[in-house]
Amino acid sequence: MSVAIIDYGAGNIQSIRFALERLGVSATLSSDPETIQSASHVIFPGVGEASSAMTKLKSTQLHTLIPELTQPVLGICLGMQLMCNSSEEGNTTGLGVFDTEVVRFSTTRNVPHMGWNEVKGSGVLFEKIPNHSHFYLVHSYYAIPNINTVGHCLYDINFAAAMAKKNFYGTQFHPEKSGAMGAQLLQNFLSL
Amino acid sequence: MLTKRIIPCLDIKDGRTVKGVNFINLRDAGDPVELAQRYTEEGADELVFLDISASEEKRKTLANLIRDIAQAIDIPFTVGGGINAMDDVGILLDNGADKVSINSAAVRRPALISDVANRFGTQCVVVAIDAKQISAEWIVHLVGGKVPTERKLFTWAQEAVDRGAGELLFTSMDHDGTKQGFANTALRQLSETVTVPVIASGGAGTMQHFIDTFVEGYADAALAASVFHFKEISIPDLKNELRLHKIPMR
Repeated sequence: MSVAIIDYGAGNIQSIRFALERLGVSATLSSDPETIQSASHVIFPGVGEASSAMTKLKSTQLHTLIPELTQPVLGICLGMQLMCNSSEEGNTTGLGVFDTEVVRFSTTRNVPHMGWNEVKGSGVLFEKIPNHSHFYLVHSYYAIPNINTVGHCLYDINFAAAMAKKNFYGTQFHPEKSGAMGAQLLQNFLSL
Repeated sequence: MLTKRIIPCLDIKDGRTVKGVNFINLRDAGDPVELAQRYTEEGADELVFLDISASEEKRKTLANLIRDIAQAIDIPFTVGGGINAMDDVGILLDNGADKVSINSAAVRRPALISDVANRFGTQCVVVAIDAKQISAEWIVHLVGGKVPTERKLFTWAQEAVDRGAGELLFTSMDHDGTKQGFANTALRQLSETVTVPVIASGGAGTMQHFIDTFVEGYADAALAASVFHFKEISIPDLKNELRLHKIPMR
């Protein structure tokens, strides 16, 4: 197994690396297309602002590479959001993998939505994970539920907490920061 | 449902955990990595580490310690104490911290909040506010609560949020270390003023105090140190008690 974590200057990539190490997997941080293409699994992380992240991806041509990958790809948080058609955050287009839009929470409750919330998940990512398990989230924008949604979460409205389409997967929550259930989800991804 | 969070706070001095009572009289409470692992296993929702050593040399030690913690635990954690510049923030995040807590430096130079938020995202910016009630006004204090400022709690909190704070950590210095309960009246007003999560800090002594701060103080999270370090309250027992009171817990 060779896991590549896409390095495009997005924050807190170490956490994902450490989470994989706890599963006995050593991952390579890389922005090199060949390294990414030849990896058995690719993780597309990200925290921060969508439009500036897209600009960074474009500057290294990663925006064309990622949608063409054929091995299992897991987008986490902003990574997942960037895999959608567009984001309201900085009004940017996305990579167009998942057929949905990312919009800002319009709620009287706190934004960001921060903390542990229940996710009702199904499919390969959620194997051995009890329904309504809690995962850690921190985000102000969310993906509108769509045909690719495999995990639902409620914060005033129902949003896409996890998506899957062919070899592409995404979680709005941070599996690397979600305790034992998060570790199980990462393990499930690595088993694909 | 989004759950309320229980956050043990570890004050770090020279690589060890200590807890001040009213910000003085430090007592040793153990190895931070071991404590962090223990709290994670017990069901803590998040951890906060406040470095109170703050000399330049010690801060390098801190970066290594943060890395050790990030390798050991799988829940989010915040690091604060003596953060003055963007470089300080970058080092901590690069070593695996999820959020940074900025206190005095934000009051001295509020633009630091927006600088950090713009560069690293609002999700990693916790603005910590230490305040003390002086003739009916909540006055913001600096340097671990030693120096009063001209700023008032609620207006400063709103400014911090406007500048990009993703979360507020409010410590009532009148309550901190007393074990007589959190400053729930002020917390409630704070929660009603801002639209970001508010962490209640200072005053935890009993399980009832946690119930009160969620129910009466509208806190999103409650932070405590010595009651956890000295095993006066166990996190699993606390969470069970809170569930019994219909407070959503993980």
